[in-house]
Amino acid sequence: MTAEKRKSFFTFSRKQLCIPYALFLVLFVIFPLALIVYYAFTAKDGSFTFANFVWFFSTPAYIKVLFRSILIGLLTTVICLIIGYPVAYVLSLIKSHRRTILLLLFIMPMWINFVLRAMAMKELLNLVGIFGEYDYLSVIIGMVYDYLPFTILPIYSVLIKIDKSYGEAAADLGAGKFKVFTSVTLPLSVAGIVSGATMVFLPSMTCYVISDTFSNRNITIIGKMIEQWFGSGSNWNYGSTIALILLVIMFLGTLFTGGFSKEDTGRGSAL
Amino acid sequence: MKKTVKILIIAVALLFIYAPIILLFIYSFTESKTIGLWTGFSLDLYGRLFTVRQLRNMIVDTLVLALLAASLSTVLGTLGAIGIYYNKKWLGKFTKSASQIPVINAEIVTAISLALIFSFIAMGRSYGALLIGHIVLCTPFVVLSVLPKLKQLDPSLYEAALDLGATPAQALFKVVIPEILPGIFSGFMLAITLSLDDYMVTAYTKPPTMETISTYVYGAMRRPSHSYLAELRALASIIFIVMMAAVLIINVKASSKIKKEKNKNI
Repeated sequence: MTAEKRKSFFTFSRKQLCIPYALFLVLFVIFPLALIVYYAFTAKDGSFTFANFVWFFSTPAYIKVLFRSILIGLLTTVICLIIGYPVAYVLSLIKSHRRTILLLLFIMPMWINFVLRAMAMKELLNLVGIFGEYDYLSVIIGMVYDYLPFTILPIYSVLIKIDKSYGEAAADLGAGKFKVFTSVTLPLSVAGIVSGATMVFLPSMTCYVISDTFSNRNITIIGKMIEQWFGSGSNWNYGSTIALILLVIMFLGTLFTGGFSKEDTGRGSAL
Repeated sequence: MKKTVKILIIAVALLFIYAPIILLFIYSFTESKTIGLWTGFSLDLYGRLFTVRQLRNMIVDTLVLALLAASLSTVLGTLGAIGIYYNKKWLGKFTKSASQIPVINAEIVTAISLALIFSFIAMGRSYGALLIGHIVLCTPFVVLSVLPKLKQLDPSLYEAALDLGATPAQALFKVVIPEILPGIFSGFMLAITLSLDDYMVTAYTKPPTMETISTYVYGAMRRPSHSYLAELRALASIIFIVMMAAVLIINVKASSKIKKEKNKNI
C-alpha cells in the first residue's frame, strides 16, 4: 500500500468517527423532540389539532404562569449579573496565583449537588425567617444562589482575555478609570455577559425543583406545569404543548444571541 | 477601584455562597432534627449515612451511574469531536449543531422528550433509559472540552506519523489521542459532575425503585417524616470537605510550581 493511498483511507475513516454520535443524537435528541411536536399537534386520539395551543393561550391562569416564569427568569438573570460581574471583574484584576484559588472557591460549589445546596440555603432562610414568609423573595434568593457561579465564570473568562493595551491606550488619551471601564472593558465583555445570561435565564424559568423547595410549592412556574401534565395530570399532549412553547422561547433566544459563542459554557472552563 | 472595595466584594460574595453550606456543616455534628437547635455533639448522622441501607444504596447508585455515564460519554464524545473536527461536510456540521441542543435546551424539555421516546420504544423507566438519558446530557460537554484541543493540535503531527509508517489507527491512538488527552480528561470530569448534579432527566427516566442523591434529597424535603433528612447534612458536609481538600491540594501544587519557576530564574 502506498503512503498516498493509506492517507486517503485514514482521512476517510477519521471523518466517519462522528457517525456513532450522530446516530445517537438522531435517536435520542432529534427524534424525541419530534415526538414533542407530534404530541403538541395531536389530540388524545391521535388526530391533528391546534386545540392544545388554543387551550393554553385562552386560559388566563396559564398565561399568568408563563409571565411569572419569565419574570422570575429575568429577575434571577439580572441579579446574578449584578453580583457576578463585579466578582468576575475583581477576580480578573488579581495578578498573583491567588486568583486561581479564589476562582476555584467560586466554582467549587457547582460540584455540590444542586438539590443539596438548595436544601442548605432553604435551612438558612428558614433560620433567618424569610422562608415561609416571603415566597417570591425566597425563590429568587434560591435561584440566584443556584445559578450565580454560572454567571461568574463566563464573564471572568472573557475579561481575562481582554488585551490590557486597549485600556492603557484609552487612559493615555485622557480617559479616567471609570471612563475606561464603561467605554472599553464593559463593551468588550458583552459576550461574557450574554453567555452568562443564557446559562441562567431558561433554567431559572423552568427549574421547579428550586421554586418548589423555596416556596413550599406555593409558586408554580412553567416547568412545574409540564411536570403536572406528565405526572398526576397525565395528558402528554398538554405537557408537550407547553414544552414546545419553551422550545420556541429557546429558539428565539438562540437567534437573539446567535452572534455570541456558547462554547464557553462555564463549567467547561472550570477544569 | 480601591483595594478595600475589592476585598469587600469578594468577601460578601463568598459569604453568600458558603454561609448555607457551613451552616449544614456545623449542624451535621448534632443529631437534632431541626437546624438552629443544638442537642449536643454527635457523629451519628455520619455513621447512619453508611449503615442505613437506603442511604448507602442511594449514594452508591449515584456514583456508579456517574462513572458509567461519564465513561460512555467520554468515548462517544471524543470520537464525535474528532469526527466533527475533521468532517467539514454536512455530517460534521449536523453533529456539531445537534450536539448543542441538550446544552441550551431547558432540562425539563430534554427530560420529557426522553420520557416520550423511551415509552415509544417500550423501554419505559429503566436503568438503560436512565443511563442513555445521562449520556445525552453529558456527551455534548465532552465534545466541547475536546474540540478546542483538536484545534490546538499541529496537523503535521499525524501526517508525520503516517510518513514514518504508522497505520491510520496507530496514528490516531498513539499521536492524536495522547495530544488531546487533557481535553478528554476534563470532559470526563465534567461529565461526572453533570451526572451527579442532574435531577430532571433522572426523575423522568429512572426505575421507580432507584434513587439518586438529587431525587432522594428532593423527595426527603417533601416528606421529611418518611426520610432521613438530617443525615443528608452529613452527606453535604462530606462533599464540602472533599471539595475543600481539592482546593487545598491545587493551591499547594500551584505555589510549589511557582517556587520552582522562581528558583529556575535565579
